[in-house]
Amino acid sequence: MAPLLLVSVFVIATCGLVYELIAGTLASYLLGDSVTQFSTVIGCYLFAMGIGSWLTRYVTKNLLGFFITVEILVGLVGGCSAAVLFVLFEHVYSFRLLLYGIVTVIGILVGFEIPLLLQILKDRLEFKDLVSKVFSFDYIGALFASILFPMVLVPYLGLVRSGFLFGILNTLVALLVIYLIKDEVPARRLHKLSAFATLMALLLGFVYSETITSLSETSTYQGNIIYARSSPYQRIVLTRQAEDVRLYLNGNLQFSSVDEYRYHEALVHPVMSALDSTSRVLIIGGGDGLALREVLKYPSVQSVTLVDLDPAMTELFSSNEMLLALNQRSLLSPKLTIHNADAFLWLKELQAKNSRPRFDAIIIDLPDPSNFSVGKLYSITFFRLLRSVMDQNSIAVVQSTSPLVARKSFWCVNKTLEAAGFFTAPYHAYVPSFGEWGYVIASPRPYQRPASYPGGLRYLSVETADEMFHFPMDMARVETKIQRLDNQALIHYFDDEWSKYLIY
Amino acid sequence: MKLTRREFIIGGAASMCVAGLGAALDRFAPQKPAPGSIRGANSATGHKLRGGGLPAPSKVLRKEVVIVGGGIAGLAAGYRLHKSGCRDFQLLELEHMVGGNSASGRNEVSAYPWGAHYVPLLTEEATEVRQLFEELGVITGYDDAGRPLYNDYYLCADPHERLYRYGRWQDGLIPALGVGAEEEAQYKRFFDFMESLKNRKGSDGKRLFAIPVDKSSQDEEWLKLDEITMAEWMAREGYDSPHLCWYVNYCCRDDYGATMAETSAWAGLHYFASRNGTASNAEPGDVITWPEGNGWIASKLAEPLESRITTGALVHAVTDQGDHVTVDYWDQATHRSTRIIARTVVVATPRFVASRLMQSETRDFSTDGFSWSPWAVANVTLSKLPSGKGAPLSWDNVVYGSPLLGFVVATHQIPQMRPLKTVLTCYWPLSHLDPADARKEALRRSHAEWRQIFLKELLKVHPELDGHVEQVDVWVWGHAMIRPTRGFLWGDARKQALRQQPPIFTAHSDLSGISIFEEACTHGVRAAGQVLAYLGIPSRSQA
Repeated sequence: MAPLLLVSVFVIATCGLVYELIAGTLASYLLGDSVTQFSTVIGCYLFAMGIGSWLTRYVTKNLLGFFITVEILVGLVGGCSAAVLFVLFEHVYSFRLLLYGIVTVIGILVGFEIPLLLQILKDRLEFKDLVSKVFSFDYIGALFASILFPMVLVPYLGLVRSGFLFGILNTLVALLVIYLIKDEVPARRLHKLSAFATLMALLLGFVYSETITSLSETSTYQGNIIYARSSPYQRIVLTRQAEDVRLYLNGNLQFSSVDEYRYHEALVHPVMSALDSTSRVLIIGGGDGLALREVLKYPSVQSVTLVDLDPAMTELFSSNEMLLALNQRSLLSPKLTIHNADAFLWLKELQAKNSRPRFDAIIIDLPDPSNFSVGKLYSITFFRLLRSVMDQNSIAVVQSTSPLVARKSFWCVNKTLEAAGFFTAPYHAYVPSFGEWGYVIASPRPYQRPASYPGGLRYLSVETADEMFHFPMDMARVETKIQRLDNQALIHYFDDEWSKYLIY
Repeated sequence: MKLTRREFIIGGAASMCVAGLGAALDRFAPQKPAPGSIRGANSATGHKLRGGGLPAPSKVLRKEVVIVGGGIAGLAAGYRLHKSGCRDFQLLELEHMVGGNSASGRNEVSAYPWGAHYVPLLTEEATEVRQLFEELGVITGYDDAGRPLYNDYYLCADPHERLYRYGRWQDGLIPALGVGAEEEAQYKRFFDFMESLKNRKGSDGKRLFAIPVDKSSQDEEWLKLDEITMAEWMAREGYDSPHLCWYVNYCCRDDYGATMAETSAWAGLHYFASRNGTASNAEPGDVITWPEGNGWIASKLAEPLESRITTGALVHAVTDQGDHVTVDYWDQATHRSTRIIARTVVVATPRFVASRLMQSETRDFSTDGFSWSPWAVANVTLSKLPSGKGAPLSWDNVVYGSPLLGFVVATHQIPQMRPLKTVLTCYWPLSHLDPADARKEALRRSHAEWRQIFLKELLKVHPELDGHVEQVDVWVWGHAMIRPTRGFLWGDARKQALRQQPPIFTAHSDLSGISIFEEACTHGVRAAGQVLAYLGIPSRSQA
């Protein structure tokens, strides 16, 4: 029997470390700042193990029965921990309370294991032999887990399924003990019953772990989540995979640091370079400061007004060092004034004033028109408001989703701008992480393409622009309705076109 | 302390629970009920009319014209007099604010309606309303085809309506899910028929169903429909689809506060067949609305009248003195009565009020044949926006089979991305009982009872709003709407009521038998014209 119990030591040591790694990894995924997360999770876990070890002094009789119970409980709690943390992440008031609560419970239970086994085995092995064997197996198990976790478990099984797998192993240890040591355990039937029930539950979890993870948002992202926060307006998630940092708002990709320069150069420079001298610029949306980075490449710019609804966005992108490096500290520019306001209401108030400002260039960098809320900012009513803060020479540009995937949506934006009284100049650029992307320039006078662009651009040139303003047949203009507040045709086009695309 | 195994396991399980649920626990803690109050037409003061014992006038004023009642009819009359250059008039209103059924409120979250809250695109016949809408900037111009251009901000924003059935929201109010082929066929037959009626004319060349109603064709063939109920007509025409019947009944309750078994078939058809308005920049069937509902129009009408409006004024006698009319009113603030001697008076009150004011043996202001439906309206202030599976939050959110008509989102017309808080206006026509009984039951209920009743209905479909209700205010309308019951619209009682007896003129949607903005406004403008003619002032418009 002793050798088998020693195998159990190996298994439970592996399991114990895996749970700890799962908790640490999950915390880093979901909360970001992996150093802090791993450090606190490990500390909490080890401390809880200490509590468990200390508590074993109070367990004096029926050691085996107690050991079995502990194994079943570790299996259940540890096995489900990843799934519970994932699914409840968005729903609990304090995720940290939940995280450290679970880590503490697992830690205490795991803390019981080795001292209990030592007590159980103390009459069967010599003390020296006992201690050396038990701890050897314990440390071998830990090594095994630490190699297995990053090489096999995370890439092939994922955190949730790994959790269930090791929960199953813990429960199997309990069953092994139940079956091998028939005579020494009182209430054997009860143990058997609870072990099998737990086993079944964990097996179900293992099989359906995909369904469980799909309940959680983390499954929608490639790469590790390094920042996640729900502001009152949206869910902001930053992910990182190697050098690729991505921003998602409500699950929709906003940029990838690898190719965002293409998107932002194409958004900003066709407007800015077409103006003789630009002193006042308005940016609507663009709280990431990336369009602003491009705008600030023009020394003639005297003031930039950025209107973004969500203070959480502008704060994040003006305080985080990595993001400040990405936007070249644009949000800290002394030329900038940030208004965290609803752009529609902000413009409407401005229009009502007698001395409203006029902007030379207006850059509209809003999320795609995927719902009725943001759709208002693509309406003819909104575009007419824009006109009220422009003069004859001003130029505006609107990011207008993909003309390839959502052809009607793109041309609907174009037509709505025309109906609002603008001359338009539609164009497109290829941004690998987005696909073929579209923009529409709107101006009171016909748009003239610039003869040159600022130095130091990576994508845009006069030659590139020739292609950008040409629409191949599969993106050529189609007839559409106008986007109006009372009838948001654009939202229906967008929904229809993107849902078809996502089937592939 | 030694832990037994049992204690340990229980302790372990408990700490698990604490870890997992601890945060959620505050949700189960007893919540303070949301504050709020009951509002409503000032029935206590109004009832003084019945009790009598009001003091004799201690002050006498002279005015060319007095308008009694500051609902839409009275305001429209005053506005028209003002625009025609007749400035020597006084408008007396019982409540502390004007607007009548178009009353509205406002808190730090939003303005919201207490009653009437939209106007459909105008019909060709609604010329009086059209002129007003041009003046107020609701209609900003006309396109080459002569269709009006409405102000973008006032057209009801998309999405308009959604319906809750089987745990899911669908687009539009006509039940779609689980409707069989036979029912679909009935839908098509019903709506095709209504569409065909929209521009159909009677033997006299007028549209069969017009707004205002009195511009409708007098073709006997069609007026006969007033003698049966909508339910009888549905049965006669073979419409028995339960979903279609629900929808038609819903519409009758929506516009008349009466079920289709009480509504006349002519009125029922009028609902579907009268609204043929078009617009250059909106779809047929669209409506215009504001966060505060028709309270927006009421305040625009009241704006130029300024000091010529007296609120808190309980008129207790309107007496024809031969060459002039005396109007006696009791001021709620000073508790004193004033007499105004006027050359002519417009009585723009509901019929049951008018009948108590007029002290004349020779005049008939009887209320025989008139009946009014009581309504309860709640404004629920929320710190979270309602969501739900399926179609997104719309302007009007209706629950299939609910006694409530629906929840209207007050912030819907504010062109912002996404407000963090909102106010829902919940409409409840009390058509479950006979009007008198329903009225009694409604006026007896406390605020706590109303709050519970409304929240129960709301939380049934929006459990996510539990704990996010900041305030529930309730308004009980004892006499919210005139009911176009069988035989009322084209019967003698209404014909009698329409007859004008100078120097006292009457104006109110009660005279139309249909409680909608266009009717009230048309009567107000008509009465103003009659007053001007009586005074010999040319009816002209001036700024």
